Amino acid sequence: MAAKGKTVPLTGNYAIAEAMRQINPDVVAAYPITPQTSIVETFSKFANDGRVDTEIVRVESEHSAMSACVGASMAGARAMTATCSAGLALMYEIVGVASGLRCPIVMPVANRAISAPINIHCDHSDSMGARDLGWIQIYNETAQEAYENVFLALKLAEHPDIQLPVMVCEDGFITSHCVQNVRIYDDAVMKKFAGERKPIHSLLDLKEPISVGAIELQDYFFETKRQQQDAMEKVPKVYLEVAEELSKITGNKYGFFEEYKMKDAEAVIVTMSSAAGTTRAVVDKMRNEGKKVGLLKIRLFRPFPYEEVARALSKAKNVAVLDRSMSFGAHAPLYGEIRNALYEMEKKPGLQSYVFGLGGRDLLESHVRQAFNDMLTGKVSREKRYLGLREASE
Amino acid sequence: MNPKEIAERITKTPRFTSGHRMCGGCAAPIIVRTILAATEKPVVAANATGCLEVASTIYPFSSWDIPWIHSAFENAPATISGVIAAYEAAKKRGRIKEDVKFVAFGGDGSSYDIGIQSLSGALERGHDFVYVCYDNEGYMNTGGQRSGATPFGASTTTDPAGKVRKGKQENKKDLVRIAAAHNIPYAAKASVSNLPDLFMKAEKAFKVKGPAVLVVLSTCPTLWGTMPKDTITMAKRAVDSCAWPLYEIENGRCRITYKPSSKLPVAEFLRPQRRFRHVFMPGNEKELNEIQKRVDEGWEELLRICDGS
Ligand SMILES: Cc1ncc(C[n+]2csc(CCOP(=O)(O)OP(=O)(O)O)c2C)c(N)n1
Ligand code: SF4
Ligand SMILES: [Mg+2]
Repeated sequence: MAAKGKTVPLTGNYAIAEAMRQINPDVVAAYPITPQTSIVETFSKFANDGRVDTEIVRVESEHSAMSACVGASMAGARAMTATCSAGLALMYEIVGVASGLRCPIVMPVANRAISAPINIHCDHSDSMGARDLGWIQIYNETAQEAYENVFLALKLAEHPDIQLPVMVCEDGFITSHCVQNVRIYDDAVMKKFAGERKPIHSLLDLKEPISVGAIELQDYFFETKRQQQDAMEKVPKVYLEVAEELSKITGNKYGFFEEYKMKDAEAVIVTMSSAAGTTRAVVDKMRNEGKKVGLLKIRLFRPFPYEEVARALSKAKNVAVLDRSMSFGAHAPLYGEIRNALYEMEKKPGLQSYVFGLGGRDLLESHVRQAFNDMLTGKVSREKRYLGLREASE
Repeated sequence: MNPKEIAERITKTPRFTSGHRMCGGCAAPIIVRTILAATEKPVVAANATGCLEVASTIYPFSSWDIPWIHSAFENAPATISGVIAAYEAAKKRGRIKEDVKFVAFGGDGSSYDIGIQSLSGALERGHDFVYVCYDNEGYMNTGGQRSGATPFGASTTTDPAGKVRKGKQENKKDLVRIAAAHNIPYAAKASVSNLPDLFMKAEKAFKVKGPAVLVVLSTCPTLWGTMPKDTITMAKRAVDSCAWPLYEIENGRCRITYKPSSKLPVAEFLRPQRRFRHVFMPGNEKELNEIQKRVDEGWEELLRICDGS
């Protein structure tokens, strides 16, 4: 495959900013928040050095960042922003407006815990809290994945059948700030892939004035929401089409999830983002010890690929789901989805929920090994378990 | 331009059409039409949640014959910022050539209160747009609650004239001067009762390069408790009593654009209004006097600021 370009040591944030540089969006409106800040800083430098000619709206808040993106997007522009945590929470209202108005905005999220207590480190409580707002969500393990998935997200968002916004999530600090080798493909190739947005309607179409964001009452609102659901249901097909196109450039695979040593795995861990890296390392070690362990790394969380996940887990004996956030008083988000996915299966694997890493707590190989050992010895229960929590002694 | 010519201009370019669901006698549509007639260039509008938005675009109908966007209550300035950025990008990249004007409409709740941050940010960034606050002095779309623009002494549903607290006990904010403090080229106060003055100010607002702010008194017969036919009279009394002085701040210079030949007692403005009924009840003379005193003080201060012009 034409895996050209150059390999450079980059942080996740820098890699994302590189993707944005290659895309050269019409409009970027963003506000700094740790650990996302270096995305907007790097991109602002690109702009002020003339390496992109994007219109930057240096807004006074994330609420305005998303508002400006919605305005720009409805005016036909390719608009991007980036945020996390408190910033995502502050823009929450307009996050829903963006999907409701069918704005194909791409927003990298450097996942960070939601206050309180205030904490600047990684967990998924921010984007998980927004999982029902009608955005496509893609979770990324590495800087490389995040970089490439910004492109995938862009084409997916703008596809005429979709017209939905996408969050491209990376783990705050762990991925956003750690330097990894990243292959940045040639500008010309990526620019060609990104192409130009072709809006269906635009506020700048002066001959066909449109009214965007009218009030819809009991007589129309329901149908509009149903159309949003229809668009979401079309995502998997388009996702795979775009993935194939991107694959031709990179040679990489972009399934809804990645299966690692799953073929004969008896004990499986399902997780997302950087935790998959730790898990993969443990899988390798335990495989060397002759243990039948495997990893299922979810990339596409919204829409959730229920049937495909169920199929992938159909041969496992026991499955541990590792969540980096909670849904207080309910199943942890990823665990809940996996449980849903398994419902239709005649022979269900044992299923266990683990929560780890809140507020940036490290996930150690020993934690992963513990979860695998539990699965191998059939220690499966309905109770939530915590990995790396000081008071809990499982 | 005289009212007849303005009316002709409005009919010639009907940018906001009839058939909307605003109350009979509502001043807001008159304000919108007058302002939109003040430029012949194409206009794109953003609109905050509130009476104007809710009653002008009940899906599948729209009264707007220009591109129009509503997104939320507190973000019309940020929304139009994005539209302008898209326009600048499209221009730079050769996708559009026309000279386009941009305007954002918000009620007083949106402008003085919940959206003041968004407004301040957009003014500071210097986008070339006109911000219009149609000020009916309360959250009318939601039934007449208190806002930062509700005047001293007025009764609202969230600060009603009660036995111990008689309506709002705080002054109205001064949005024109707040806007002018951003060192923008143009900010002005206008009223629906003086359309030539409003039109002149709107023309200037569209002409200047950079942000311009118009704060326009917008009679709300339904929640002020006045007769629909008295909408213009009420606003005129507000102006003639100096409760709502007409002035502009152009490149930092303040100018009063209309001075009543003799000041009308503020009671003439307040008496017909349900929201001030309590101040005319026996025993509440103090309230009325206090309102008059504050109006007088406000006018004196404005005369000082505007250099006795
Ligand atoms: C974030 C948010 N808070 C509250 C509301 C409810 N709300 C809608 S319109 C409105 C009042 C609007 O007042 P104003 O801006 O003065 O416009 P008017 O209706 O008076 O024309 C309120 C409180 C909302 N839509 N969004
Ligand atoms: S409630 Fe008042 S502001 Fe709202 S439409 Fe009716 S008259 Fe106009
Ligand atoms: Mg109001």
